[in-house]
Amino acid sequence: MKRQDNSKLAAVSVCLLLCLVVAGLSLSLTNWEVSAAPEGKITGTVKLDGTAPHMKGIDMSKDPWCVKQHANDPAHLELVVVGKDNGLGNVVLYISEGLSGDALNAKPTAVPVFDQKNCLYTPHVLAMDVGQEFKVETSDQTAHNIHPEPNPLTGNIPWNQSQPPGAPPVTKSWKAVEMIHVKCNIHPWMSGYFAVVKGPYAITGEDGSYTIENVPPGSYTVTAWQETYGNQTAKVTVAGGQSAKADFTFKAK
Amino acid sequence: MHDMSAPAVHHHAPPTSFIRKHVFSLDHKVIGKQYYDMALVAAIIGMILSWIMRIHLAWTNAAIPGLQLLSKTGAPGGVLTPEYYLQLMTMHGTIMVFFVLTTAPFAAFGNFFLPIQVGAEDMPFPHFNMMSFWVTFTGFIVLLASFFVSDGPTLGGWTQYAPLNAVGAIAGPGQGMGVILWMASIALFCVGQLLGSLNFIPTTLDLRTKGMSLMRLPLTTWAWFITSCMGLTAFAVLMPACILAILDHVAGTSFFVPSNLVISDQLQQHSGGSTLLWQHLFWFFGHPEVYIAIIPGIGIVSHILITNMRRPLLSHRVIIYSMGALAVLSYMVYGHHMFVSGMNPYSALAFSFPTLIITIPATIIVLIQIFSLYGSKLRINSASLFALGFISMFVSGGVSGFFLAQPSIDIMLHATYFVVGHFHMVMAVAAMFGIFAGTYFWAPKMFGRMMNETLGKIHFWLSFVGAYCIFMPFHYLGIVGNVRRYSVFVDDYLQPLLPVHKFITVAALLTGAAQAIFLYNLIHTRFWGKPASDNPWEGTSLEWSTTTPPPFDNWGGKLPVVYHDPYQYGVESSVGDYVMQASPEQVKTENDEQ
Amino acid sequence: MAKLFAVTIIVIAIASAIPIIMHTWSAPEDISIHGPIIDDQMSETMAEAGIAFLAAQFVLAIFIWMFAKPNPGGKIKKFPGGATGLVIGAFLIVGIEVLALGVFGAKVWADVYLSPPGANAMPVQVQAGQFAFYFRYPGPDGKFAAIHPNLIDESTENFFGIDTTNDPDAKDDIVTAEFAIPVNKEIHLLMHSKDLGHSFYVRELRVHQDFVPGLDVSLHFTATKIGKYEIVCTQLCGLGHYNMKAYLEVMSQDDFDKWLKQQAAAQ
Ligand code: HEM
Ligand SMILES: [Cu+2]
Ligand SMILES: [Cu+2]
Repeated sequence: MKRQDNSKLAAVSVCLLLCLVVAGLSLSLTNWEVSAAPEGKITGTVKLDGTAPHMKGIDMSKDPWCVKQHANDPAHLELVVVGKDNGLGNVVLYISEGLSGDALNAKPTAVPVFDQKNCLYTPHVLAMDVGQEFKVETSDQTAHNIHPEPNPLTGNIPWNQSQPPGAPPVTKSWKAVEMIHVKCNIHPWMSGYFAVVKGPYAITGEDGSYTIENVPPGSYTVTAWQETYGNQTAKVTVAGGQSAKADFTFKAK
Repeated sequence: MHDMSAPAVHHHAPPTSFIRKHVFSLDHKVIGKQYYDMALVAAIIGMILSWIMRIHLAWTNAAIPGLQLLSKTGAPGGVLTPEYYLQLMTMHGTIMVFFVLTTAPFAAFGNFFLPIQVGAEDMPFPHFNMMSFWVTFTGFIVLLASFFVSDGPTLGGWTQYAPLNAVGAIAGPGQGMGVILWMASIALFCVGQLLGSLNFIPTTLDLRTKGMSLMRLPLTTWAWFITSCMGLTAFAVLMPACILAILDHVAGTSFFVPSNLVISDQLQQHSGGSTLLWQHLFWFFGHPEVYIAIIPGIGIVSHILITNMRRPLLSHRVIIYSMGALAVLSYMVYGHHMFVSGMNPYSALAFSFPTLIITIPATIIVLIQIFSLYGSKLRINSASLFALGFISMFVSGGVSGFFLAQPSIDIMLHATYFVVGHFHMVMAVAAMFGIFAGTYFWAPKMFGRMMNETLGKIHFWLSFVGAYCIFMPFHYLGIVGNVRRYSVFVDDYLQPLLPVHKFITVAALLTGAAQAIFLYNLIHTRFWGKPASDNPWEGTSLEWSTTTPPPFDNWGGKLPVVYHDPYQYGVESSVGDYVMQASPEQVKTENDEQ
Repeated sequence: MAKLFAVTIIVIAIASAIPIIMHTWSAPEDISIHGPIIDDQMSETMAEAGIAFLAAQFVLAIFIWMFAKPNPGGKIKKFPGGATGLVIGAFLIVGIEVLALGVFGAKVWADVYLSPPGANAMPVQVQAGQFAFYFRYPGPDGKFAAIHPNLIDESTENFFGIDTTNDPDAKDDIVTAEFAIPVNKEIHLLMHSKDLGHSFYVRELRVHQDFVPGLDVSLHFTATKIGKYEIVCTQLCGLGHYNMKAYLEVMSQDDFDKWLKQQAAAQ
C-alpha cells in the first residue's frame, strides 16, 4: 500500500520536473533568438607582400613508412603557405576586441578534426574556440605522439600522448586563448598549431581568403595571426545581415 | 666461545588488543608475516603487470578487456599505448625488485626467523621494527598511488636514469608527479629497510643465546646478517639520491640536470648538474641490491638442502666467507652496468675485473652446494625441489654474467634482452624459488600448518619448466640484438623475432597461471591446513626447538642454550640421524668441516 | 620423482644449448674493422660459459639421480677432496678462466675504446633528441659551427641550433637525417645529446655508446661493407624510445660525394 503511494508521488514529481525543464529550455531558447539581431559576417583576403620564402624539404628517412608515403610527393615545411596571387594560407582570423555576451561566450558545437596523415598534420593549423571540443585522429600506419606545448601560465595544461596506428581519436579542449604549438617527438618535423580564440573565427585557405560567420552588428578589431609573421589587426564595423571586409598583407621576411 | 652471562634480551609484555596484536605489532613474528603478505600482494600485482606487458609485446593491437578502467588514456579500448607499456614495465620492475625480492627473503623470513635462530626473544628495537614495516608499506602505497595520478606512473624504468627522472612532465607522461611519487616511495622504502637492518645487526651480534657462537649460527642467519650490513650502506646511498631527484622537481635544483638541455624545443632552466652522478649513486646501491635479493636465497636454500640432505654442507665456513666476499665485492663491480654509459673507458676495465672475480665466490657456493649432494640422503619434497631448482637457475643466470662482465662483449649485449634474461634468471626465478622453498619449508612454523605437498610439487614442475621456457629465449633474442624497453617491435629487423616473443608470452601466461596453485595452497594451508608438529622436517636449528607456532616471547620464558654447531646431521643420536642445537646430548662430531 | 627431475634438468640444459650451437639466432654479420675481435671474444666466452653451464647442470642432475633415496640407509659419504678440493678447483679453473677472459677482453676493449682516432678520420657529429638522430657534416671548411641551444627549433629544421645568419662556420654545415659514410674510411663520430640520455647502437658495426647530456663523447670506426643498416637507441628516453632510429648508409666514396653534394644543396 505504502509503496503505491510513493510511486504516485514520484510520478507526479517527475511530471512537474519535466514541465519545469521544458519551460526553462524554451524560455532560454526564445530569449536567445529574440536578442539576436540578424548576424553579419567579416570577409577578406590575406596576402603576402614579396616573394614567398623557400620552404625546406623534409627528410623523413628515420621512418621508412613516412618515406614511402611521400615517394612521389616530397614533403616541405609549412611555415609559410602561399597560394595563387600571393594569397597566404593558414592564417587565423578572429575578433580580438568588441565582442561581448553570447556572441563572445557561445561555444560552437562542431568538433574540428586534426588529422595525422602521411606524417604531417592536416590541417597544419586548427582553429577552435575556448572550451570547444576537438578531435585528434591518425590516418597513418606509424605511431605518432601528440605533444601540444601551451604556456602553463595561461591555464592551458600541456599533454603528451601517443597514437599508434588504429588507435581511437583523442578528444580534448582548451581552457584559455592561446596559439599552442603542437608537435610530434617521434617525427620531430611534424609541427602544427592549435589556435584557440574566443568568439567567431576563420582560417584562410591556400588562396588567402576567409569568412568569419555569425558576427552580430557592431564595431570590432579583427586580428590575423600567422605562425611565422605574427599578428596584424584591422578595425571593421559590421551591420546587421551585411558582410564587412578586412584585408591583410604580411611582409615577406 | 660464547660466555657465561645470559644474553641481553628486550622484554615487552604480550599485547592484548587486536590492533597491537595484528596491526601495529611489536612482535617480530607478526612483522615478518606482515612483510610476507605485502610481498605476496606485490608479487601478484607485479605478475599481472608482466602478463599485460607480454601480451602487448606479442600481440601489439590486442585489447585487454578492462584495462581501460585503469587508465583511459593509457589503454584506450584496452590496447596499451607505448607510454603505458613503459609505465607498467617500470611499475613491474620496481614492485618486483623492491617490494618482493627485498622484502620476502630478507625482511619477511629474516624478521620471523633471525631472532628465533639466534635464540632471542625479539629484536632489540621492536618499535623501530614496527616502523620498518609500516614505513615500507607506506612506500608501497605511495608507489601504487602513482597509477591514479593524472598521467600515471613514471615511464623511466626501475633504474630511473637522469635526466629523464628530473626534468619533469615535458619529457613524457608520468615524468612529473609520477616520478616524484616513485622517488618518495623508494626513499620511504629505504628508510624502512634501514630501520630493519638496524635491528638485524644487533640481534645477530648481541642477542645470541648462551652457547650460540658466531660460527654456530645457521647459514640463514649469516645470510640475513650479511644482507643487513649491505642494506645499511646501500639504502643509505639511494635514499639521498631520491631526495635530490625530488628537489630537482620541486625546488628548482639541478643535481642531475646539466645546463642547456633543449627538450621538445624548450630550453630548460636547469644548469650545472650531472647525469652520470645519478648512475653512480643508483648503481652503488643497485648492484649491492641484487645481492641483497639473492644472498638470503643462498642462505635459505643451503639451510633447506642441508636439512633434506641429512648432512651439513662440505664446509660451513667457506659458504660464510663466500657470502661475505660476494657482499664486499658487490660494491666494487657496480660500474659494469655503465660500460657504455660514457664514463671513462679506463674505469670499464677497473670494474670488469672485480666483476669477473666475483664469479669465484659465487662458483664456490654453487660447487659446495652441488657436491654436498654427493653421498647424501636427499629427501625430495616441495621445499627441496625448489631449493635444487634455485641452484639450477642460479647457474643458468650466473653463466650469462660471464658475458656481461666483459665490456668488449657488453658492446653487443648491453640493453638487450640478454640482460633481461640474465637478471630474470638470477633475480626473478632463482630468488623467487628461494622464496617458494622458504615458504614450503617454514610454513609449518610460521602458520602452524603443513603446506599440501602434492600441490607443491605440481607447482614446482610447472614453475621450473615454465621459467626456462620464458627466460632462456630472452638470451637468444638478446644475442640477435633485440633491444629491451621497447614497447613495440616495429622495424624490419625485429619483426622476424616475433614468433619467439609469442612463444615467451604463451609460456609466461601458463607459468603465471600455475602460480594460482601456490596461492590456493598457501591460503588453504593458513586456514585449513594439516596442523604441524614442532619439528616436521627433523631440523636441528633453534626454530625447530620451540613450539609450533612459537609463543609470543619465542621460548615460553626459558631461553634455549646451544650446545652444538647448527647442522648435526648424519650422526647417531637418541632421536634419529640428527642432534638439535639446543640438545645437551653429546655428539661424536663426524662433520669436522664445520 | 628425483630421477624425472634429473632427466628434466639434462633435457632443459641440452635444449637450451641447441639454438646456441646451431646458431639458430645469432648476431648479424659484422661490417667493421674492429668487430672480428669482439666476435672472437664472444664465441670464446660462449664456449667457456657453455661448458660451465652444461657441466654444472649435468653434475647437479647426476647427483640428484644418484642420491635421492626414498628409503635411506647407511651412512652419508663425503665427496673426495671435500671443500678444500672444490675451493682450490674453483680458484684454479674459474680463476684462470676469468683471468684469461678478462685480459683478452680488456685488450679488445682497449683496441676499440682506448685507441685514438686516426689523423685522417672523417669527423661527423650526431645529435640525439627525443626521438630522432640528426647528423652534421662540417662542410668544406672542416669546422662545425657552434651550437646555440636557444636557437634549436625543430619546426624550422634548425636541429642543431646553429646560427646561419651570423656564423660563417654555419654556412656550409650539412645537416642530415640519414647517416651516410664512405666505405673503408675511418669515421670519428662526435656524440651530442640535446635533451636526455640516448644511445647509439649499430649491431652490424659492433658499435654501442650512450649519449651523455652535458658531456660530449666520441667514437671511431671503419665500415667495410656497403649497405643500409639500422641505428637504434637503447637508452630509455621516453614514450617514443622504441621508435628512435636512423639509418646508416655505407656507400662507395663516389656515391658518398654525390650524396653529400645533394644534401648540401638541400640545406
Ligand atoms: C612472471 C614472470 C615474469 C615475466 C613474464 C616478466 C617479464 C618481464 C618483461 C617482459 C620485462 C620487460 C623487458 C623490457 O622491455 O626491457 C620485464 C622487466 C623487468 N622485470 Fe620481469 N618478468 C617476470 C617476473 C619478474 C620478477 C619476479 C622480477 C623480480 C626481480 C622481475 C624484475 C624485472 C625488472 C627489474 C625488470 C626491468 C624493468 C625495467 O626495465 O625498468 N620480473 N619483465
Ligand atoms: Cu609523428
Ligand atoms: Cu631511446
